[in-house]
Amino acid sequence: MRTMTQKELKRTDYAQVGLKVGIEVHRQLDTESKMFCACPTEQKPGTDFQFVRLLRATPSELGEVDPAAAFETRRKRMVHYHANTGSVCLVEMDEEPPHPLNTEAVVVGLTAALMLNSRPVDEIHVMRKIVVDGSNTTGFQRTCTLALGGHIVVNGKNVPIQSVSLEEDAARLLEAGRGEVHYDLGRLGIPLVEVATGPSIRSPEEAARVALAIGRTLRATGKVKRGLGAIRQDVNISISGGALVEIKGVQTLEGVSSVVENEVKRQLHLLRVRDELRSRGVRKQDLKPEFIDVTDIFNETRCKVTRQALEARGMVLAVKLTGFGGLVGLSPAQNIKLGAELNRRAQAWSEVAGIFHTDEMPAYGITEAEVREMRKRLDARVEDCVVFVAEEYEKARDALEVVLARARDALEGVPEETRAPRADGSTLYSRPRPGSARMYPETDIPPVPVSSELLRQIRAGIPESLEERSKRMVKTYGLSPQLAEQLVDLERLEIFERIVARTRLPAGFVASALTEHIVTLDREGVDTSAVPDSQLEKMFQLIAERKMAKEAAPELIRWMAGHLGKEPVEGVRELGLAPPPIDELEEQAHMLVESHTEELALQPERIEGRLMGELMKQFRGKIDGKIVHETLRRKIQEKMKELKTSKASR
Amino acid sequence: MSQLPGYEGKPEQILRKAGAGVFDKVEIATDAGTFQGVLMPRYELSDNRHVVIKLDTGYNIGLRVDTIKSIARVSAAPTPAPRSVPPKTKRKDLPDVSVVSTGGTIASRVDYRTGAVTPALTAQDLYVLVPELAEIANISAHTLYSIFSENITTLHWTEIANAVDRMIRSGVDGVVIAHGTDTMAMTSAALSFALRNPPVPVALVGSQRSSDRPSSDAQTNLLAAVTVAAGAPFGEVVLVMHEGYSDDRIAVHKGTRARKMHTSSRSAFQSVNGKPIARYVGGIIELGDEQLHPRGDSESYVVEPGFDDRAALIKFYPGLDPEILVWLLQKGTRGVILEGTGLGHVSHQMVKAASELVRDGVFVGMTSQCLFGRVNLRVYETGRDLLQAGVTPLGDMLPETSLIKLMWCLARATELEEIRRLMVSNLAGELSPRCLPALDTKPK
Repeated sequence: MRTMTQKELKRTDYAQVGLKVGIEVHRQLDTESKMFCACPTEQKPGTDFQFVRLLRATPSELGEVDPAAAFETRRKRMVHYHANTGSVCLVEMDEEPPHPLNTEAVVVGLTAALMLNSRPVDEIHVMRKIVVDGSNTTGFQRTCTLALGGHIVVNGKNVPIQSVSLEEDAARLLEAGRGEVHYDLGRLGIPLVEVATGPSIRSPEEAARVALAIGRTLRATGKVKRGLGAIRQDVNISISGGALVEIKGVQTLEGVSSVVENEVKRQLHLLRVRDELRSRGVRKQDLKPEFIDVTDIFNETRCKVTRQALEARGMVLAVKLTGFGGLVGLSPAQNIKLGAELNRRAQAWSEVAGIFHTDEMPAYGITEAEVREMRKRLDARVEDCVVFVAEEYEKARDALEVVLARARDALEGVPEETRAPRADGSTLYSRPRPGSARMYPETDIPPVPVSSELLRQIRAGIPESLEERSKRMVKTYGLSPQLAEQLVDLERLEIFERIVARTRLPAGFVASALTEHIVTLDREGVDTSAVPDSQLEKMFQLIAERKMAKEAAPELIRWMAGHLGKEPVEGVRELGLAPPPIDELEEQAHMLVESHTEELALQPERIEGRLMGELMKQFRGKIDGKIVHETLRRKIQEKMKELKTSKASR
Repeated sequence: MSQLPGYEGKPEQILRKAGAGVFDKVEIATDAGTFQGVLMPRYELSDNRHVVIKLDTGYNIGLRVDTIKSIARVSAAPTPAPRSVPPKTKRKDLPDVSVVSTGGTIASRVDYRTGAVTPALTAQDLYVLVPELAEIANISAHTLYSIFSENITTLHWTEIANAVDRMIRSGVDGVVIAHGTDTMAMTSAALSFALRNPPVPVALVGSQRSSDRPSSDAQTNLLAAVTVAAGAPFGEVVLVMHEGYSDDRIAVHKGTRARKMHTSSRSAFQSVNGKPIARYVGGIIELGDEQLHPRGDSESYVVEPGFDDRAALIKFYPGLDPEILVWLLQKGTRGVILEGTGLGHVSHQMVKAASELVRDGVFVGMTSQCLFGRVNLRVYETGRDLLQAGVTPLGDMLPETSLIKLMWCLARATELEEIRRLMVSNLAGELSPRCLPALDTKPK
């Protein structure tokens, strides 16, 4: 028998656990204006004004409330919005009805759909998807399906596409605290293309590869934004016996594969815990909502958290998880344990700082004796676990109720839920999975028919793939294949072509400034992605106009990253990057001589006087006239020499 | 027969043939493939070339009818389970508030499946919409109309006034009137004249964002209006709406001073030539410094509904043909409010036409299209000519309030002099002798 390689072994494992992954790739579009208003999609930094809102889940006609929406409403958070009128108008504030669907965004979305072999719908219907966490001022996200079906070939495998949609980006979370949450509105309303694959991905690596392939296809439209946050992946993961869990907002490709890896581990662990609970004979009715006040045990406690809570007129409330002893603290890998799930659920639903459980005791300054006393009070056996929380009564009770509900879920295995990624690839519970009660029509926007004429036009203009483009870069601009690839990888093809066309600067210089210089700065920790393309373009314009030296480009980019919203020309002034006038004199003298070659050959003295006059007009007061004269004379002499040689060689 | 709202022409024919109605699960085969979903009602004002289905994902899509090869009805629409909300038992410790519904965004609910807006009128509906109401008052809900506020007429004002009066006499602690926002300020002005010095608050309330949205202003506005009706220490006709973009501040405007100043914003309503008389902040009513008619005083309560709509409001603009006044006279108009420029001016041709109207016994009053500030016909020659012509300057009264007051006066006075006397007397806070600085005159 052949021995399996490490890689193959892994793949077999994932097949064995029945891993199914589907991904949704979201990418911001670089359109002129936002999806439902005339605001620019480029975000202006800073805040002009603020306002406060309270969102509520509204029951449908059938009396149903979406579970995710109900969850948020229960939290009753005041939502603070921060906005800059440079990129926010009344539409984003939900103070004005939406304008018609942005046609440019529809065309880009349909272009992507056709590139993914997806079938456009005949008529686009904008829907409202209820989201009441405050990330949308309306309480819903506007979204529409553009096309259905399709496929993309990744490593020779046909990966089915389920749908291509267009939706508005949400507001950016600034901070969340007790009872309030802050968002910046600049991002709200930027069009996003969403490509959803079927659940046919079978390994973490494949998930990352598919995400990359879809991302590259979207990028080939030439109309997407780049940089961190411009692309986000939602990953839907399930294993046999487990449940469908959606991990929302993974920003990197490495993140895609690591969340899949971690989620498999997490679900396997939860299944193992379930099996153990079942073999212990634990039943749901054993988990009783009996919350015991054990405050007196902790009167003299050395635990800081508990002491602070008690000082703030709180109490210690405990509940017994019958049969859970040892399973709450059991952790096969970093951040994977039932205790973490209980804790996070309590934090999310009742805004407590956190819970304690006896599996992790003694710890945090809580003594063996205190634990023993508490177990005694709750009549807990060795195979039971006690969960306790130090808080004011209502929050403590809410927290323990949530803990009990989550513990009951543990008897079923893996609950369906939405989770958020963390930097290490592990994830955190964020909310229940939304149901179908969350979608209803956006009646402020009439349906948009997709005509066959429009599709014909889009088909005729399908952009070349990134591979084709990179080859064309080499051919058209004489770039090295490495430099061309780098422009593709860093997503700077469009801006590169634009700058070269507008400024006529040497392509090699522009390409390396946009790749090597920027990569170097990024490595030094400069956030170059924050510098808008329009500002970079202005910098190249300054170079082309000789208002700054080429060599100073990295220095100015660094300055721009630290002075967002300021004009590059201010940086040139502040940093003193204007080229020394002597260089300019050389250049001007050279150009004058070049443009008067023929006259010089006939009447050198007379022309010299005239050219001197022209140069002095420009440099009087800046450079000593003697130097101007010397430079001009030198240039003329060089030219004359050159002319003679060329005559002689003829 | 199956229900196919919104469908006409060919789509309707083929759906009928397939025996399909809205919300049935259908399978539709087209040139591009086969689609399964729930048949949805067709959006109003859309074309007759598409059939709309809701996919399992919740998304709706339109299929072009000329590409459809077949439609099969897979299963019938599920019958919606009736919503069961346990009726609230009356609490003795809470005040009683009547909520009168006339229509508009605030008094409606959306059907999530269709997006269609239907009236929400029972007290139960209101408790579902704003659960906090149950802690503030015992609500009794009454539906007068279910109409857009632009369709309200002078007859409706009288009916609303009579209905509110009946409720007040039945002993409620306050009345809330849910109203469309477009003409809400005009109804509030009309009620201010028809129900003077009421013993309890009469609060008009509306919303600028429909109540089906999580971000609707309906709930906070309603909460504020019911709180005012239940407990405010004054008996006044007021209009209760958001003061700014935020949900934390609701303004209580005097009924004769409010005006809708924005097409769509929550903060559309402003008090013109006056401040809000109170604010609702954090569940509490904060009173301003204005002298108000106290709650509980029924001695001075006067009920005088009835409006004569033979009156008109004319906005002056450069080049306005004065013939319009002649035409109004021929139509039997008994009074005209002019919305002049600046201090209250119109062209000299208009002055002449106005003087003819007055000579024929028609009341002509002058207001300003500036809205803020008072008219003054003594500063410029045109103004003096207008006075000469018998035009009555109407102080700092809003043009719309002036018109409504005129309609009210016409219904109870015949002599021009008597109408003039009433028009320049302050009856419901519509006129004030003092215009103060530092009023919030800028649109928010």
